[in-house]
Amino acid sequence: MMTEQSNFNFEQCIKCTVCTVYCPVASVNPLFPGPKQAGPDGERLRLKHKGFYDESLKWCLNCKRCEVACPSNVRIGDIIQAARIKHSTKKPGLREKMLANTDFMGSMATPFAPIVNFSVGLKPVKVVLDKVIGIDHRRTFPKYSFGTFESWMKRRRKKQAKYARQVSYFHGCYVNYNNPQLGKDFVKVMNALGVGVQMLEKEKCCGVPLISNGLIDKARRQGEVNTASIRKSVVENKWPVVGTSSTCTFTLRDEYPHLLDIDNADVRDHIELATRYIYRLLAEGNVQLRFKKKAPVRRVAYHTACHMEKLGWAYYSIELLRMIPGVELTVLDSQCCGIAGTYGFKKENYPTAQAIGEGIFRKIEASGCDVVSTDCETCKWQIEMSTSKPVVHPISLLAEALE
Amino acid sequence: MTKQADVIIIGGGATGAGVARDCALRGIKALLLERGDIATGATGRNHGLLHSGARYAVTDRESAEECIKENMILRRIASHCVEETDGLFLSLPEDGLEFQAKFIEACRAAGIRADAIDPKEALRLEPSANPAMIGAVRVPDGAVDPFRLTMANLIDAKAHGAEVLTYHKVTELIREQDRIVGVKAVDCRSGEKKEFRAEIVVNAGGIWGHDLAAMAGVTVKMLPAKGSLLIFGHRVNNIVLNRCRKPADADILVPGDTISLIGTTSSKVPFDEVDNMYVTADEVDLLLREGTKLAPSLAHTRILRAYAGVRPLVASDDDPSGRSVSRGIVVLDHATRDGLEGFITITGGKLMTYRLMAEWTVDLICKKLNINKKCTTAECKLPGSREKEEKISKRLHSVPVAQRESAINRHGEMAERLDVGDAAARSLVCECEEVSVGEVKYALNELDVHNLVDLRRRTRVGMGTCQGELCACRAAGIMAEAGKYCSHQAKQDLVSFLNERWKGMAPVAWGDTLRESEFTMWLYDGVCGLKNEKTE
Repeated sequence: MMTEQSNFNFEQCIKCTVCTVYCPVASVNPLFPGPKQAGPDGERLRLKHKGFYDESLKWCLNCKRCEVACPSNVRIGDIIQAARIKHSTKKPGLREKMLANTDFMGSMATPFAPIVNFSVGLKPVKVVLDKVIGIDHRRTFPKYSFGTFESWMKRRRKKQAKYARQVSYFHGCYVNYNNPQLGKDFVKVMNALGVGVQMLEKEKCCGVPLISNGLIDKARRQGEVNTASIRKSVVENKWPVVGTSSTCTFTLRDEYPHLLDIDNADVRDHIELATRYIYRLLAEGNVQLRFKKKAPVRRVAYHTACHMEKLGWAYYSIELLRMIPGVELTVLDSQCCGIAGTYGFKKENYPTAQAIGEGIFRKIEASGCDVVSTDCETCKWQIEMSTSKPVVHPISLLAEALE
Repeated sequence: MTKQADVIIIGGGATGAGVARDCALRGIKALLLERGDIATGATGRNHGLLHSGARYAVTDRESAEECIKENMILRRIASHCVEETDGLFLSLPEDGLEFQAKFIEACRAAGIRADAIDPKEALRLEPSANPAMIGAVRVPDGAVDPFRLTMANLIDAKAHGAEVLTYHKVTELIREQDRIVGVKAVDCRSGEKKEFRAEIVVNAGGIWGHDLAAMAGVTVKMLPAKGSLLIFGHRVNNIVLNRCRKPADADILVPGDTISLIGTTSSKVPFDEVDNMYVTADEVDLLLREGTKLAPSLAHTRILRAYAGVRPLVASDDDPSGRSVSRGIVVLDHATRDGLEGFITITGGKLMTYRLMAEWTVDLICKKLNINKKCTTAECKLPGSREKEEKISKRLHSVPVAQRESAINRHGEMAERLDVGDAAARSLVCECEEVSVGEVKYALNELDVHNLVDLRRRTRVGMGTCQGELCACRAAGIMAEAGKYCSHQAKQDLVSFLNERWKGMAPVAWGDTLRESEFTMWLYDGVCGLKNEKTE
């Protein structure tokens, strides 16, 4: 794991503690010792003896805001996650497997989407999920779609191949099983820019829910499949890989080498986020987007997801949104909304997740926006559940405004 | 004022503490006087290596045999001070394999388990070891915490009636005709002059024993040999690494608690320097150069600090390096040697043999006092080592893991005496080493702490990578609150503690160590406005 030298990356910590100041968990949950102590300080003790591993590291939601705050380039979040991978003795249970195996759950649910969606919304089902499995009853589940994005794409392969320029699309589980419309919007925008969209030879879940639920071997196997497909796309076909999910994209680029020991150095720079790819394509000046003439005024509040903050790419989404006629944009303070993927679904994490998000929920309500936009699907679930506003991906807003 | 005891022991190192405990266990009323804090001399300034004796097997059979016996005893009686890490003697290409056969044979002759293992197996056991090695021998080395060991001896001594006075400097040995009958001392903290009388005075002053002997009018010629060491920021190795060759400079890397140590150098120093050792740039270079041969990753590991100690070797010849001097134990009965009754010097030896040194000394005391009691220190476990760590850990299950394990590592079953009942007591003073408010208060109340440096020796406050950045002011605050000193003294203590920390960082002040010390200075000087008021 990691290179010899960066193994001791924690040594760069000078105990300024700014990471703990920025940690969304530490400020609401006293059971979490905070990133400095759980990360670099704890690592030093764990090197002495593995008995110093503290299960309270499970409270870390892996937002990586500590790493963004750190002036010493300590990979605090990675250190904490790596310690969990190495030392945790808690075996993943049924709940962890249900939440983590998005591919399996998705492919089981989509053929029966109307029934599944109806049943998980029922109170008795929620009570059972809560009491028996430990998924909080107050949590709203994302709806499954009737039919997957992949099956829709397969029918369009030939048409897409006609474009001179091509990208591979890493759609992720959410687009595939829950929101194929976002994928369709992405294809629409790309086609409007003269770019054809291909699927990877094989796409598995990026692995982020597997990592956070302790199913590391499976995450690594899937990561290897994905990286092989990405390599084929990037190296053989010269097609960059573009994703609409900030977390999937971040995982493919950075969590693979840092946590799963998958070397992707040769292709990492060609794994892109949709808004950044589009922004840069437009900036080249050879193509333009043609928007509808009559654009109604729409007040949009942009929420910077944690992994978006870590990627440092919120700028591209914000600038793209600003290009859309009629959009009045408010950029919300970059804060964690609390859900962190599957974290917020767990019963014991629910109060922490909601306390973390409280500030951002209030700001959203106070902003007077019509719609919230963000590049992360799980932020969307959390904000839609916890505020009165709908949440739409920047790509969908863009697609909607196209002529 | 005059106080009476059976025996006065001068020197609060491991030897003095061991003598005090042995006396107390045999029912002899002992009084220990230490001019500073405990374990400030050679005791606290070495590798903290629990020698198996292998290092001496070829050159000094007697020392090797003493080491392995005491090694086994310490594992039993001082388990909370000892880490059973084992050791590897690596043969590098430049060393050749010739020495190895001789080495193994000598080890076995001395009763030391020594197994040649495949270099690949050695690398699997200790991944930090130099992969270029051509041979490896596994021996029962370990690590020992000298501060803990000394304190545990004193705790037990006190529990059995001994009295311990730190910061009491002996100014005069009271001589009546051909007999030493007591000492005059000054309480360094109050300035008060005191007189103590006893049947026997034991000189356990280490290198300073040279001067104590002179005070008594006898000559004990010591040879001060400086040894410098480097402390790395974290544990690089989990098994002690040695070079399989004749003992030389910088050929031992010891994992001790949260850190690893490389050492030592060896050079003769004049007596007027022994109170203030500095590590030179050349020594740092040498330690790093040789250290990376044992564990290549040391080249890019953060160095926390450098320090030096003085070996109290008894000069037996004029070897300039001080290495071929036997580390053998020297008990001098000045009655038979110099015609001076009531005065014993115990010196030579090493941290490893402190208990045996004490045993021999107290045997002699018993003979002189006509007491017929056998030594029991090889069997009686020290306080802290009387229960299994897992058992204590279970009883303290409500304390956060890292804090609990750290406290148990440091205090053994005495960790149960820490008051960590509420959130305030559990909040951390030292974040690097997980020292809680409760632990600091325990040390202040029960472990003879008078300033921050003393506190560091009892708890590891300020020994972590931040070197006092976050903990020093918190600890000073608690000490002021506890009435140890006023706020003015607290500030002075803080300044001197930080300066003491800087002294160790200065020789290795580059990279992250420098960055962190700059940040510390910015915090204390820039934000808190801490100034050295004495110099203003």
